Amino acid sequence: MTLLWIALLPLLGVLVPALTAGRRRSYCSLATAVLPAVVLVMTLLNVPALLDGEQLRFSATWMPELALDLAFRLDGLSLLFNLLILGIGLLIILYAHYYLAKDEPFGRFYAFLMLFMASMVGISMSDNLILLWLFWELTSLSSFLLIGFWSHQSDARKGARMALTVTGAGGLALLAGLLLLGDMAGSFNMSDVLASGDVILADSRYPLMLGLVLLGAFTKSAQFPFHFWLPHAMAAPTPVSAYLHSATMVKAGIFLMARLHPAIAGSELWSVVVSLVGIVTMLYGAWFALIKTDLKGILAFSTVSHLGLITVLLGIGSPMAILAALFHILNHATFKAALFMSAGIIDHETGTRELKQLGGLKKAMPVTALLTTLAAAAMAGVPLFNGFLSKEMFFTESLATPVLGGLSWLLPALAALGGILSVAYSLRLVHAVFFKPAREAPPKTPHEPPHLMRLPVEILVALCVIVGLFPAFMATGLLDLASQAVIGSPLDFHLAIWHGVNLPLIMSLLAFVVGIALYWRHGDVRRFTQQFAKVDARRVFERILVAMGYRAERFIAALEGNSLQRYVGWLWLGALVMGGVGLVQITDLTGAAGNQDIDGILILGAGMLMFGGVATAATHRYRLISLLMLSVVGLFVALTFARFSAPDLALTQLSVEVVTMILLMLALFFLPQKTPRESSPLRNVRDLLLAGTLGLVVASLNYAVMTRETLSISSFFIENSKPGGGGYNVVNVILVDFRGFDTLGEITVLALAGLAIFKLLNRLRLFIPHSDGEGRVWSPDRYPAVLTSIAMTLLPLALLVSAFIFLRGHNQPGGGFIAGLITAVALILIYMARGVAWAQERLDFPFQPVAIIGVAIATLTGLGSWLFGHPFLTSAFGYFTLPLIGTFELATALLFDLGVYLAVVGATLMILANLGKVTTAHRPVTEATEKDADATAASSTPQEPR
Amino acid sequence: MELLYAMTTGVLTACGLYLTLRGRTFPVVVGLTLLSYAVNLFLFSMGGLTTDGPAIVSEEANYADPLPQALVLTAIVIGFAMTAFVVILAMRARSEVGNDHVDGNKEDRE
Repeated sequence: MTLLWIALLPLLGVLVPALTAGRRRSYCSLATAVLPAVVLVMTLLNVPALLDGEQLRFSATWMPELALDLAFRLDGLSLLFNLLILGIGLLIILYAHYYLAKDEPFGRFYAFLMLFMASMVGISMSDNLILLWLFWELTSLSSFLLIGFWSHQSDARKGARMALTVTGAGGLALLAGLLLLGDMAGSFNMSDVLASGDVILADSRYPLMLGLVLLGAFTKSAQFPFHFWLPHAMAAPTPVSAYLHSATMVKAGIFLMARLHPAIAGSELWSVVVSLVGIVTMLYGAWFALIKTDLKGILAFSTVSHLGLITVLLGIGSPMAILAALFHILNHATFKAALFMSAGIIDHETGTRELKQLGGLKKAMPVTALLTTLAAAAMAGVPLFNGFLSKEMFFTESLATPVLGGLSWLLPALAALGGILSVAYSLRLVHAVFFKPAREAPPKTPHEPPHLMRLPVEILVALCVIVGLFPAFMATGLLDLASQAVIGSPLDFHLAIWHGVNLPLIMSLLAFVVGIALYWRHGDVRRFTQQFAKVDARRVFERILVAMGYRAERFIAALEGNSLQRYVGWLWLGALVMGGVGLVQITDLTGAAGNQDIDGILILGAGMLMFGGVATAATHRYRLISLLMLSVVGLFVALTFARFSAPDLALTQLSVEVVTMILLMLALFFLPQKTPRESSPLRNVRDLLLAGTLGLVVASLNYAVMTRETLSISSFFIENSKPGGGGYNVVNVILVDFRGFDTLGEITVLALAGLAIFKLLNRLRLFIPHSDGEGRVWSPDRYPAVLTSIAMTLLPLALLVSAFIFLRGHNQPGGGFIAGLITAVALILIYMARGVAWAQERLDFPFQPVAIIGVAIATLTGLGSWLFGHPFLTSAFGYFTLPLIGTFELATALLFDLGVYLAVVGATLMILANLGKVTTAHRPVTEATEKDADATAASSTPQEPR
Repeated sequence: MELLYAMTTGVLTACGLYLTLRGRTFPVVVGLTLLSYAVNLFLFSMGGLTTDGPAIVSEEANYADPLPQALVLTAIVIGFAMTAFVVILAMRARSEVGNDHVDGNKEDRE
C-alpha cells in the first residue's frame, strides 16, 4: 500500500501550490516541498525490505479491458530514479524560490513542477506497460507547460511546441511499440514482460517493436537525430532546465531502455543500433558544446553528449556496462544539475548568458566560481570526482566489448575522442566565465547570490566530491540494487579510484592532454567551423511544420473543398463500403427464420411509406409540398409501430410528428419557399446512384437481420420488470429504471438543444415575408374562430389526458415522454390559435427553468438512491392503501418520470414558443392595418395558401 | 413481410440520403428527418416483427422485444431535438450569411 502512496502522493502535491499560491511565496514553497520530502522518506523506508530481497509490488485492476492496471513496483532501478527525481526536485524547489522574479506566478510554476515530478515518479514505478506510457505522456505535457512557462517570449513558445511535437510523436511510436511488446509477451504486466525475453526475441515482429520503442526512447532522451529539441528547450526557466533537461526527463528514455533491457536487449540489432546512435550523439553533442557561446547552450549540448554516452553503454549491454550506465546516470544528474543551477545564478546576477559578455567573474563571485569549477571538473572526468569513475568504466567497457566485429577498435577510439572534447568544453566553460578577462561588460554588476540559492549547488557539488573520493562507500549499495533490477542477478563489482596503470587510464590522460591543447587552440576551431553555413534547427523544423500544414490543407481542399455536399458524399460512400464489405461476407441473405405472411393492410402501409418517401425527395424543390409528404411518412411510421405491437412507440412517434411538423412549418416561413434548380444532371445522377445503392445495402442488411433468429438480452427485462421494477410496461420500466441512466443523458441532451436554440434565436435578424412563394398574401383571418374555440376547449381535456397517460405509464402504454409531448402540443395549439402575445400574457414564465428543473429532478432521484446505500438510479417501489381510492403503487421511478415529463415539456416549448416569439418584434409594417401588430406568424404559417 | 419491411426501410433511407446531398439547408433538414425515420424503423426491427403482441407483461409468451422499443423511443425524441436544432441553425445561417446554401458562402442565385 505504501507503494501506491509513493506513486500517487506527488500527484496530490499538484494541488498544494495551487491552493497556497495566494499566500506568501516562502509559505507556498515550503508547503510544496512537504509532500516530495514525505515521499522521499517513504521511499527510503522501503530500502531495508529491498535489501532483504523482497519483491515490492502493488497492483489493483483499473481498466482490465485495456490491460491497464494500477500496478507499481519498487526495485533498485526505481529506487535510483526516485532518489534522483525527489532529491533533486526538492533542491530545485528551493532554488526556484529564489530564481523566479517577484511578480511571476510561482504557484503555477510549482504546480507544473509537481505535475512533472509526479509523472516521473509514475514512470519510474509503473509495473504495467500502458500505465508507464500514460505517465510518459504526462511528462511530455508537463514539460511543454514548463518550457513555455514564460509564454510571452516567442522562443519559449516555439521551444515548447518543438519539444512537445518531437517527444509527443515519439510517445505515439512508443505506444505502438509497447502494444506490440505486450502482445508478444502475452501480458502488459512489467514482471511478465521482463521474464519473457526469449519469446520476444524469437518473435518475427521484434525488429518493428524494437524500432518503435527505441523511437520513443531516443526522442525523449534527445538522441541524434532527434536531439535538436533539447537546446531549444533551454528557453525554459533555469530550474526547469536543471531538473527536466539534465537530471530527470531526458533520462526517461534511458530509463526505459534500462527497464526493458532484460526483455528486448539481447539481440545483435539492439547492440548495433543503440551503441551507434549513442556514439554519434555523444560526439555530435560534444562538438557543438565546444563551439556554442551561450552558457545554457553549452550545457544543453554537453547533456546531449552525456546522454549519448549512457546510451552507448546500454547498447554494449554487458553487466559491467549496465553498471557503468547506471553510475553515470547518477553522476551526470548531480554534476549537470549543479552546473545548470550555477549557470542560472550567473544569468540571474549578471543579466546575460553570453560568453562574450562574461569573464573574470571569480573576483565578484568567488564561491560560485569554486563550485562551478568543481562541478565542471566532475563533468570533464578529473580524478577524485565522480565523473572520473564512470568515465573510466566507460573506457574499460568500450575496450572490453566487441560490438562491431572487425571494427571493434572504432568504439574505444571514438570514446577517447568524446573524452577529449568533454575536457575541452568543460575547461572552456570555467575559464571563459570566471578566469579570462571579459571582452564586454555584463548588463548587471555581478555579486554573489543569496546563500540559500547557492545551497542546492553546494549540496550537489559536495556529492560529486564525496562520491568521487569514497565511491565504494557511497554508491555501492544503491548501484548493487539498481544493477540487480536490470540484469536480474547480483553483480560482483568493486568501485575504486585506482585500478593501476592500464589502458583506460592512459585514454583518460590522453583525453586531458589533447583536450587542454584543443582548448588552447580554440580560436582555430572557431575559425574552422565558421566556414560552414549555419543550420538553424528551429527554422528547419518550423518550415517543415508549415509545409506539412499546407500539404494537409491542399489535400483536404482537394478531397472535400469546403463543401458540405462533397463531405457528406464521402461520408455516405464510406458507409457504403463498410456496409458492402459486411454484406459480401454473408453467404445467404435470407436467414433460417424466413418470412412471415403478408396481408393487404401491410402492402398498403408499405406502399404509402414508399410513396411518401419518394414524393418527399421528388418534390423537394417545392418545400411545402415536400414537408406535407414527409408528414405522410411520419404518420405511417407511427402506424407501423402500432401494427408491430409497440404502442409506446406509436404514441411517441405520433406526438413527436405533430411537434416536428409545426416546427418545420414555422421555420419554413422564414426560409425561401422554393429550392432553386442548381445541381447539374451529373451530380443528380451521382447522388441518386449513391443514395440508391446505400438504400439497397441498408435494405439487405435489414432483411438479413430480420430473417435470422436473434439472441436478445430482453428476457431479463421481461422477467424482472414486475418483480424488480414494479411495472407491467416493460418499455417504460427499461426507460425509467433499467436503463435510467441513458434516459437521464437523453433528457439532458434535449434540454441542451433547447438552450442552444434559445441562444441561436437571440438577436436573430429575420426577413419576414408578407406573402407566400407564389406571391399570395397570407390570409387576413389570423385567428380563425373555429380553431380558437376548439383549442380552448381541448386544452383542459388534453392536460387531463396527459396526466392520465403519465400516471399509468409504468403499467400501461404511456409515460413521461408521451405525456410531456401531449402537454406541449396542447399548449402550442393555444399559441397557434390565439397568438404569442395572448398566450404569453397568460403563460408568463420562461420555459428554460422548467426543462432544467426536470433534468434536476431526474438527477436528484438518481442521487437519492445513494442516501440509502444503493447505486445511482436504483429505484424503489411500494404499495399503499388510501380509503375510497384503494390500493395503489408508488415508485421512485414515477418521480424520475416526472423529471422526464418536465424536461420534455420545457424543452419543446422552449424551442417552439421562442421561435414563435421571434416573429413578434420585427413584424413587417405592410400589415399595419392589423391592430394587433405583434401577433404571431405561428398562426399564419400552417394555413395552406389555397 | 420481412422483405416488404426491408424494402420500405431501404426506400426511405435512399430518399433521405438523396436529400442530405442537396445544396440548400431546408431539403437537407427534411432529408435528415426522413433518414431518422428510416433508422428508427431499422432499429425497431432488430427485435423482430411481432404481430398482436400484448402491450404489457402477461402470461403470453409472444411479447415484442422491449429493448429496441425503449432505444427507439429515446431515438425519436433525440431525433426531434436534433431536427429542431439543425433547422434553427439553418435559419440563423440564412440570417447571418444571407442565403440558405449549405456551404454558406456560395453566391445566392435565387
